[in-house]
Amino acid sequence: MSAHDTAGTPVPAETAAAVDVASADDGDLRGSRLRALVAVATGRRASSLGILVLFLVIFVTFAVTAPAGTFLARSNIEAMALSASQVLLLGAGMTYVLIVAGIDLSVGAMLVFAAVTAAKIVAGYDDAGLLAVVLVAAAAAVAAGMLWGVVNGLLIVRTGIPAFIGTLGTSTVILGLAQVWTGGINVSGVPIRLQEVFGIGKLGGQVPYPVIVTVVIVAVLWVVLAKTRYGMRLYAIGANPEAARRSGINVGGYIVSVYALMGALAGVAAFVDVSRFTTATVSGYTSTALNAITAAAIGGTSFWGGRGSIGGTVIGSLVPATLTSGFVVVGFQPFWQNVAVGSVLVLAVSLDQARRRRLAGS
Amino acid sequence: MLNPPPVLKVTDVTKNYRHVQALRGVNLEVRPHEVHALLGDNGAGKSTLMKIIAGAITPTSGTIEIVGKPVSFTRPADAQQAGIATVYQDLALAPSLTPGENLFLGREIMRPGVWGGLGFVDRKAMSREASAALATLGARTPSANVEVESLSGGQRQAVAVARASLWGTSLIMLDEPTAALGVAQTEQVLNLLRRLRDERGLAVLLVSHNMPDVFAVADRVTVLRLGEDVLTADVADLTTDDVIGAMTGSGVVAAPALGQGSTR
Repeated sequence: MSAHDTAGTPVPAETAAAVDVASADDGDLRGSRLRALVAVATGRRASSLGILVLFLVIFVTFAVTAPAGTFLARSNIEAMALSASQVLLLGAGMTYVLIVAGIDLSVGAMLVFAAVTAAKIVAGYDDAGLLAVVLVAAAAAVAAGMLWGVVNGLLIVRTGIPAFIGTLGTSTVILGLAQVWTGGINVSGVPIRLQEVFGIGKLGGQVPYPVIVTVVIVAVLWVVLAKTRYGMRLYAIGANPEAARRSGINVGGYIVSVYALMGALAGVAAFVDVSRFTTATVSGYTSTALNAITAAAIGGTSFWGGRGSIGGTVIGSLVPATLTSGFVVVGFQPFWQNVAVGSVLVLAVSLDQARRRRLAGS
Repeated sequence: MLNPPPVLKVTDVTKNYRHVQALRGVNLEVRPHEVHALLGDNGAGKSTLMKIIAGAITPTSGTIEIVGKPVSFTRPADAQQAGIATVYQDLALAPSLTPGENLFLGREIMRPGVWGGLGFVDRKAMSREASAALATLGARTPSANVEVESLSGGQRQAVAVARASLWGTSLIMLDEPTAALGVAQTEQVLNLLRRLRDERGLAVLLVSHNMPDVFAVADRVTVLRLGEDVLTADVADLTTDDVIGAMTGSGVVAAPALGQGSTR
């Protein structure tokens, strides 16, 4: 058929009138419907249904097999909640970072720096009013963390350095500066009242304050990501930054804001830990960033950006805490927890990969 | 009766890159309610002219008028403000977002009242409006809540065109919209263009080197060759040989290679 023949053929009126993009490829449509159903069932942008089921299986297994009054004991549930709460707080921030196709390896270092800042400022003020100590310590920790977060964000946006390398570098720098500042020694002398009332205190004698802080912040982060324009634009930026840019969105500004948020959350975690231990610990946070990334990844947040949910990260942070506690209660060596968490991580990400391949192949 | 001013009037536009003259004086006039094709071989200056109209680059000399008013764009937002919407070849859609979210990205519909003030978006409204916009174009996606990633190539093109039709108030410019599509989907996209003209009353500038597409859908055509417009005419008055002759600069040629490569 020559070009001229095609050109000369008038388009039948019926064809012109009844344009239905969907009906022309029925097989494709059927596939789309199925996928739409699956998407609805698993949460719109993350495949977190499978992991929810897995979590429930793990939890019920331990609840049934553990000696009565151990795993489900109030004290054990509380311990699991406390151990999950820091991972969840930082994992929620990491979910934001991953959704814009970034990553932040400097979380632990920012936490240490923020803790040192807060502890240095309030150390020795045993006689000061409790409220003043709480406010000053919290503000100092959050400000210090946020400052480094902004540095991370600007570095990545302005220089175009991959986030992995950029935050690997700043991680070393931030931790180094904290060590220089303290001479490598933990900062103690934080008012003991901070610990008594907040750090190990419980609201109404029931729920530990650190857990409440995490729950409130994560709930806000959940709603913001799922329901607001800010959240929607983060998904768009991660999925296709060029599309976002052409829509007039200040992509760089949004990315900096996300790293700033991550830093601020590291500051909150620092404040909580300083309150719990009355000491800013300089070492011991080497796996903090990786734990946050693990929680988000187990929860179905994609490393390629544009996909993820706080709901998934909530489950993703409960899985390691449950496994740790469960193995101890059942009487296994607790090191099995590492084996199990690593396996769950690999499984979750490979599911995400398979899903992407399936979509790309359509 | 007075003729309405052209939607887009490009007069004597040139563009030099150091010693290379990409455009050597181009004239182009797109009238209201027409599909106007901009044809040219590779390197004829199509994409340079397109980028100038979209505000992505500034011309070395020459003037551009939109509906009779001279304009000078220094950035893409200027062109968008003047009512020009561009559908690029890569479509620029966010795959993990729904059609509704894609259509309103950057100009989201907010929930009414306090919630909207707090930054809450109204996804239902966006989804509804998106379905309506797609229906006007005669295109239906399986569900307004499905992710763009799971749509076919033709459906994605429909979403991109619908997005442009929502924001382009005077001119929709499309860059090779059928380049990646099969026969059936190509026909669907050409129908989208007809609908933009007939249902939305917009002017369409179709940048292409696909002759069958142009003859199937365009009202008028302008041919670029070596940075100059060498032919502007009603498509009805032309044969493919005329157009190929203008594109290649020869008189009449048998032209096996040019049109047929993309005829399928």
